[in-house]
Amino acid sequence: MSEKAFQRIYTHLTAITKATVTLEADGVTADELALVAGRLAQVVKIKGRSITLQVFGGTEDIPTNAEVTFFGEPPALNVSDDLAGRFFNAYGEPIDGGPAVEGEKRQIGGPSVNPYRRRQPSQLIPTGIAGIDLNNTLVSGQKIPFFADPDQPYNQVMSMVALRADVDKIILGGMGLTNDDYLFFKNEFESAGALHKIISFVNTTDQPPVERLLIPDMALTAAEYFAVDKNEKVLVLLTDMTLYADALSIVSNRMDQIPSKDSMPGSLYSDLAKIYEKAVQLPDGGSITIIAVTTLNDGDITHAIPDNTGYITEGQLFLRSDPDSGKVIVDPFRSLSRLKQLVQNKVTREDHSAVMNTSVRLYADAANAKTKLENGFDLNDYDQRCLNYAREYATRLLAIDVNIGITEMLDTAWELFGKYFTKAETGLKDKLIEKYWKGN
Amino acid sequence: MKTTGKVTGIISNLVTVEVDGPVAQNEICFVDLHGTRLMAEVIKVTGNTASVQVYESTRGMRAGDKVEFQGYMLEATLGPGLLSSNFDGLQNNLATMDGVFLKRGEYTPALDESKLWEFKPLAEVGQQVSAADWLGEVKEGWLPHKIMVPFSFKGTYTVKSIAKAGEYRINDTVAVLTDADGDDVNVTMVQRWPVKVAIGAYADKPRPYKVMETGVRCIDTLNPIAEGGTGFIPGPFGCGKTVLQHALAEQADADVIIMAACGERANEVVEIFTEFPELKDKHTGRSLMERTIIICNTSNMPVAAREASVYTAMTLAEYYRSMGLKVLLLADSTSRWAQALREMSNRLEELPGQDGFPVDLSSVITSFYARAGFVRLNNGATGSITFIGTVSPAGGNLKEPVTESTKKAARCFYGLSQNRADKKRYPAVDPVDSYSKYLEYPEIIEYLDNRVEKGWADKVIKTKYIIRRGKEAFEQINILGDDGVPIAYHEQYWKSELVDFIILQQDAFDEIDSSTPLERQQFMLNTVIDICDHKFNFGNFEECATFFKGLINICRQMNYSEYKSEQFDKYYSQLRKELENE
Repeated sequence: MSEKAFQRIYTHLTAITKATVTLEADGVTADELALVAGRLAQVVKIKGRSITLQVFGGTEDIPTNAEVTFFGEPPALNVSDDLAGRFFNAYGEPIDGGPAVEGEKRQIGGPSVNPYRRRQPSQLIPTGIAGIDLNNTLVSGQKIPFFADPDQPYNQVMSMVALRADVDKIILGGMGLTNDDYLFFKNEFESAGALHKIISFVNTTDQPPVERLLIPDMALTAAEYFAVDKNEKVLVLLTDMTLYADALSIVSNRMDQIPSKDSMPGSLYSDLAKIYEKAVQLPDGGSITIIAVTTLNDGDITHAIPDNTGYITEGQLFLRSDPDSGKVIVDPFRSLSRLKQLVQNKVTREDHSAVMNTSVRLYADAANAKTKLENGFDLNDYDQRCLNYAREYATRLLAIDVNIGITEMLDTAWELFGKYFTKAETGLKDKLIEKYWKGN
Repeated sequence: MKTTGKVTGIISNLVTVEVDGPVAQNEICFVDLHGTRLMAEVIKVTGNTASVQVYESTRGMRAGDKVEFQGYMLEATLGPGLLSSNFDGLQNNLATMDGVFLKRGEYTPALDESKLWEFKPLAEVGQQVSAADWLGEVKEGWLPHKIMVPFSFKGTYTVKSIAKAGEYRINDTVAVLTDADGDDVNVTMVQRWPVKVAIGAYADKPRPYKVMETGVRCIDTLNPIAEGGTGFIPGPFGCGKTVLQHALAEQADADVIIMAACGERANEVVEIFTEFPELKDKHTGRSLMERTIIICNTSNMPVAAREASVYTAMTLAEYYRSMGLKVLLLADSTSRWAQALREMSNRLEELPGQDGFPVDLSSVITSFYARAGFVRLNNGATGSITFIGTVSPAGGNLKEPVTESTKKAARCFYGLSQNRADKKRYPAVDPVDSYSKYLEYPEIIEYLDNRVEKGWADKVIKTKYIIRRGKEAFEQINILGDDGVPIAYHEQYWKSELVDFIILQQDAFDEIDSSTPLERQQFMLNTVIDICDHKFNFGNFEECATFFKGLINICRQMNYSEYKSEQFDKYYSQLRKELENE
């Protein structure tokens, strides 16, 4: 982002807060970028000649006579095929030592796809993880976050899913990544030999938090280039959206906005939706699928960030450790893929949705039995069988270290039904029982 | 002379404009952004400064940009051709827009002006008419679409001439009316109406007395909604709000379905316009899309147009109601609309009410719900708008302003329960907390006596009693243990489980189970009540559980079978046999 020749330089700031500066200037447009004492800033408020700028890197030691120059345009990214395999910061500048990317300059955070031009998502994204493929099947064009406590291995699971998925490009948007996690992703991508199809935009914890606000739009502008212009299947990974939302609350707080629930800005829903709704299945075959991470405080999904996210995304994948099997599992109760019925029984085998529902229902019966046990009551025979089933179900299907095909998952579930239950107890349709029942 | 102005301030989509003449509250204006005209609405005026909310992104706007005021409020275009259209919140036709992306400042006409419609006159020369009276009709799909005296016409008029039967375009004059002063006015097939004003051109609004059948058992049987009634569906995410709404849109016994996708997912709208053209309306056998209008302001579309979208949808509903049709209006979700109000109120620096929402939120919601209803038209025909809105309470907590305000306005409450959703008991409508006030209406009770069977409402109340008793028994069993309670408690609990599995739960993705006609609901409820009335003599609680699990399984197979088919009858006789053997 270079300055143009003959630009007017302003040198008189009238107000400075922790995140914003204000000055008098003419002809400034909404959302345009500026440089304040060498730091990137964006116009957030215009009142007559008085212009308020949000300084991404923070306003520490900015003096009232700092030099301010305006770019005349909002943040943009140069897009071309050369993006592939590269690592960038929040401003779209290379951080891998390579040259700047030449290409068409596109404003980030651009317009939305006309809903009428969208197509219904219908392509399965297999991951080999039964907790996902069997119970919460992913579809291209979907947007779905992992809800996980900070101690869960969400970044590992996400990179596993990304590398197994059959896509043309993977775009990583890292917000507030620790340096260790950043290097983890870099390493994983390199050792999988997948670097050529990966593009990363990274803001690490050692960089100013407000910079994070640019990451999703940068990542999605690159994604739109490959999906719309090149008709490619693009998978966007956003981690961690909770830290993104935290940055939003910092800015709104500094701008004296009235906070709503959990001191988040009132516009949190729209702010998050603008990002997630970029997920799309396009008419010409290209698609953008978004898998994000929203970290939780002690599993609390009623907090404004996961709550608003849940209303926007097409389901959520809930990671938790299961004390009975000792594994990290994809929780079948709290997890949901809203688009699963677009592929289940259609792309996958006819018994898929029935098997999924029954196996989860029986797992719920096991949870009831466990409560009984904890309350000191005797277990009956059915309860006991449920508990045994639950342990095996968690180990062989729900655990995230499972890597098998979907048909094998279905067969495994039928095997467990036959092993622990009678036909009537499963409540499955007679038609399916006749065809797939294993056991007596 | 139109009032003009200049932009003086910009914060996101709230723009202040210095004006050179009179402006009205809610007046529409356009901001000229170097050739791109952005639509905006006046929301506050102080001195010669008007605050306007721009319906699109203000990126690139600067102080000094020119603004032109239009002298009218946001209006809907009403005429033949609305059905099966996809509009945005401002009624731009999404199908006729160019390109994959929405372009700022691109506004497309709501109706096709070149299409010819087969017109048939209904009024006669010399007839006295007033606003909303029917002058003629065209066939819109299979629906008789009435051409009416424009709603804005005040007083009575005499029909001077009316077009002969034949083909006309919407802007052709189809009638000439003479007003009280003897002046002639031309009437075309299209009229405009400000969306924030209710269309009141009808004789009266009696209490609703009919039930709107939806094919969803937990609604029709347990908490029926009246035709012309109001209801709302609050629920945390992931509890099946959308699936339930789509089921209603697909199955409800209405002439016209209007879906306002308000701040929700775009893929859900895509699902409607991908699947609805393929699906058949169970009542008419026609494609579902033919009776459907979609108004969408999905969550990534401009927030300011979100408020407009629900009003646009309601105005279209009122238009079709005036034709004597049964309209079902679904809005998903009214919480997003309330949030849009909050964002704007926040930017206007108004003193906030609870949770930062504007203080008049409750009255805004109430007067919106009041626009629904069953009406008798001037010519004696009846029409109705049944309105069901969803609410997305933050954190699933129903003690929040939008849910509380809506509860005051709507007469049916279909609360979705996280607990039921976790157990995959769908639809997750809570059977204990949910209610329909219409079940208390004597006219509805009488209607059900005739439509279903004598004493039906009492049976429904009895069913609810079984569910409540079952819940109590379940709690006791949990506290005292299986052995710690009498067997009667287990029996009670399992009876409620039977009601739950057979009546409440319904598989929205199963071809047969997804939609249950009222006759079949009657049969199944009678079957279930019959079982509950049976005297049992179980030796121990395990015997009781096994027996009921067996019954539930048979009844479920019945739900999955074609009604009164050989298979259905086979399961039914199996059920009778099990009962007799006990």
